[in-house]
Amino acid sequence: MKRIFFGLMVFGMVLGMIMLALHGKSTESTPLAKLNEQYAKKTKASVDHSMFQQLKKRFTKPQEVTAACISCHNGRHTEVMQSTHWNWERTEYIAGKGIRAIGKRNVLNNYCIGISGNQQSCNRCHIGYGYSDASFNFSDSLNVDCLACHDNSATYVKAIDGAGMPDKSVDLNFVAQRVGKPDRTNCGTCHFFGGGGNNVKHGDLEQALFDPTRDVDVHMASAGPDMQCVDCHTAQKHQMLGKMYSVSSMNRNRVECEHCHSAMPHADDVLNEHTYKVACQTCHIPIYAKVNPTKLNWDWSTAGKLKNGEPYEEKDSSGTDIYMSIKGSFVWGKQLKPDYIWFNGTASHYLLGDTLDPSKVLEINTLYGSYDDPDSKIYPVKIHRAKQIYDAENKYLIQPKLVEVKAGDGGFWKEFNWERADEEGMKQVHLPYSGQYGFVETEMYWPINHMVSLKEQSVQCAECHTRENGRLARVGGFYMPGRDYSTIVDRLGVGVLILTLIGVILHGTARVVVYRKRKDVK
Amino acid sequence: MKREYVYRAFERFWHWMQAMLILFLGITGFEIHGSIRFFGYDQAVRYHNTAAISFLILIVFAIFWHFTTGEWRQYLPTWKNLRAQAEYYVFGIFRNAPHPTKKTVLSKLNPLQKLVYAGLKALVIPVMVVSGLLYMFYRYPHRYEVLGLNVGGLEVIAVVHTIGAFLLVSFFVAHLYLITTGRTVTSNLKAMITGYEELPEESDEKKSSVEANEPVLTK
Repeated sequence: MKRIFFGLMVFGMVLGMIMLALHGKSTESTPLAKLNEQYAKKTKASVDHSMFQQLKKRFTKPQEVTAACISCHNGRHTEVMQSTHWNWERTEYIAGKGIRAIGKRNVLNNYCIGISGNQQSCNRCHIGYGYSDASFNFSDSLNVDCLACHDNSATYVKAIDGAGMPDKSVDLNFVAQRVGKPDRTNCGTCHFFGGGGNNVKHGDLEQALFDPTRDVDVHMASAGPDMQCVDCHTAQKHQMLGKMYSVSSMNRNRVECEHCHSAMPHADDVLNEHTYKVACQTCHIPIYAKVNPTKLNWDWSTAGKLKNGEPYEEKDSSGTDIYMSIKGSFVWGKQLKPDYIWFNGTASHYLLGDTLDPSKVLEINTLYGSYDDPDSKIYPVKIHRAKQIYDAENKYLIQPKLVEVKAGDGGFWKEFNWERADEEGMKQVHLPYSGQYGFVETEMYWPINHMVSLKEQSVQCAECHTRENGRLARVGGFYMPGRDYSTIVDRLGVGVLILTLIGVILHGTARVVVYRKRKDVK
Repeated sequence: MKREYVYRAFERFWHWMQAMLILFLGITGFEIHGSIRFFGYDQAVRYHNTAAISFLILIVFAIFWHFTTGEWRQYLPTWKNLRAQAEYYVFGIFRNAPHPTKKTVLSKLNPLQKLVYAGLKALVIPVMVVSGLLYMFYRYPHRYEVLGLNVGGLEVIAVVHTIGAFLLVSFFVAHLYLITTGRTVTSNLKAMITGYEELPEESDEKKSSVEANEPVLTK
């Protein structure tokens, strides 16, 4: 007995030592602590712009501010003028379509469709002054709007329908003397309101990020690292890192979590292994549109209804627009689970004039990727669906003229006449309009990158590794434990198990019966 | 009848450890498979991996034991009396007929046991170990840039592992029942716990209607 005991002890000890060796982990994840330390230090401006004489002389035009900026920061305007923030297009290779210059200038979307003919309103968010139509002079450096991005006073606003000119209320001297590194207020003023209102477009970029809690975004949390957009979207010579696949196609200049966190940031090997095929965002952004709703569906075909000859709006119980005469009907969503797709960083786009099949859902942007592609990972996306206007004879999407600049110019938002809006809008993009229009279903894919949650709130294993309604239920091309199984093997396996059980029970019962009988005979 | 020391200490330890590990691996494994819910998916994965590594270590010790003691010969399958043994379970057992093969220290497995256990040891367990290791580590070569070893997907590995799991669970059920088919209902169980079992002596052998199984071990 002693020997057995001793043997067991030795075996147990060996087992224990091997297990310990296999599970040895580093005690502290110092990289995260280092990052926290790094971003806790806030840089202080090295100069006080309010002291400069150049900024004290009375500015009457915003272009004078630009001239003053350039007088010291000479050459910077040329950097800005090479950026996509200025040009609203970049040269991209699109699979199957070749090298094309694409951007907000010429690519359509399924929200407010496109800027052509509507620049007076849309281009409020251009970083220039007076981009009111296609004739805008992109080589005039005085039209560069330095303040939109560099105002640190939070008082700079561009005028509604002002084609990028500042609002009358802006005190140009006050702003010019308080310039600095862009903060969330600068970027958010445009990027949080894309599509014509808060959080309409992205779903993960909205006004809650001006002053977010840690629950909304761990990085930008005011009571946290308080990171600014430009901490991740870093710039070299005014060329910002980061891109959006609504207007770009190539796998380059992307901001990646790995830039700070490394490709394998977990203490757990199983989790690290996931990073080969799963993007960080997939687990760490369990929900988007956390605070305010985002648009999920936009039906332009109902637009134009009038009450007593006047346009009107309908709101739901929470005060969100669900119908506007000028835009049609909307479906919004809040605290949404993203959709998931395989994505390798390249995309294709519907380009002006491409023919479409009205019986099918048209993908305005297509994100490429598959399990078999080693560059692909599973990414969270917001899918925005719409019914939008197209030329029923020429079979292509229509760029309607929406904004009225001059009375009688066809702007749909004043005249509510699709024929006129189509005719005038298509003139702007130099495409013929047949006079016949219809509404086609379209989809857009918006990768979700912001609103990273606390690690405690990240997606749990069983949310994907489950047979029923998992988050990745529709992501195909691979076998996922817990979700997938071979139907044949499972049926046969359960069959064998059940037959064994039945056999055992029958055999056992028979033995008992026989035993009892024999006992009775005795 | 004579009281004999049939199962040595390590053999019993190995047997019971293996039984517990297979049961535990079965529960955690079928949770990972999505068939049941018990520990929660993440815990099931962790437990399954830990139990799997424990099992591997146990297997290493067991292989060493089998070869150093020569006990592996007990598992060499034989055709001899295979039919008789099968017939015993189908008919003889109900007529209170004696076991067709005699259990001795040198030959403690009947021909059916030899066949099934050899199948487990030579086929099912190795397949489970290999597919299990691939399941656990199939992407790690990639991590060390040994791309030639990279496996494209889990499907084949997982399906093979699942087939093995169903076989093992079915074996487990049948085995639990067949424990009761010894000389008495509990004699096999007692033997595997204490190591000692009442075995028929030479003189008893003559009473056996069927020729005794030849000892394959010689000392």
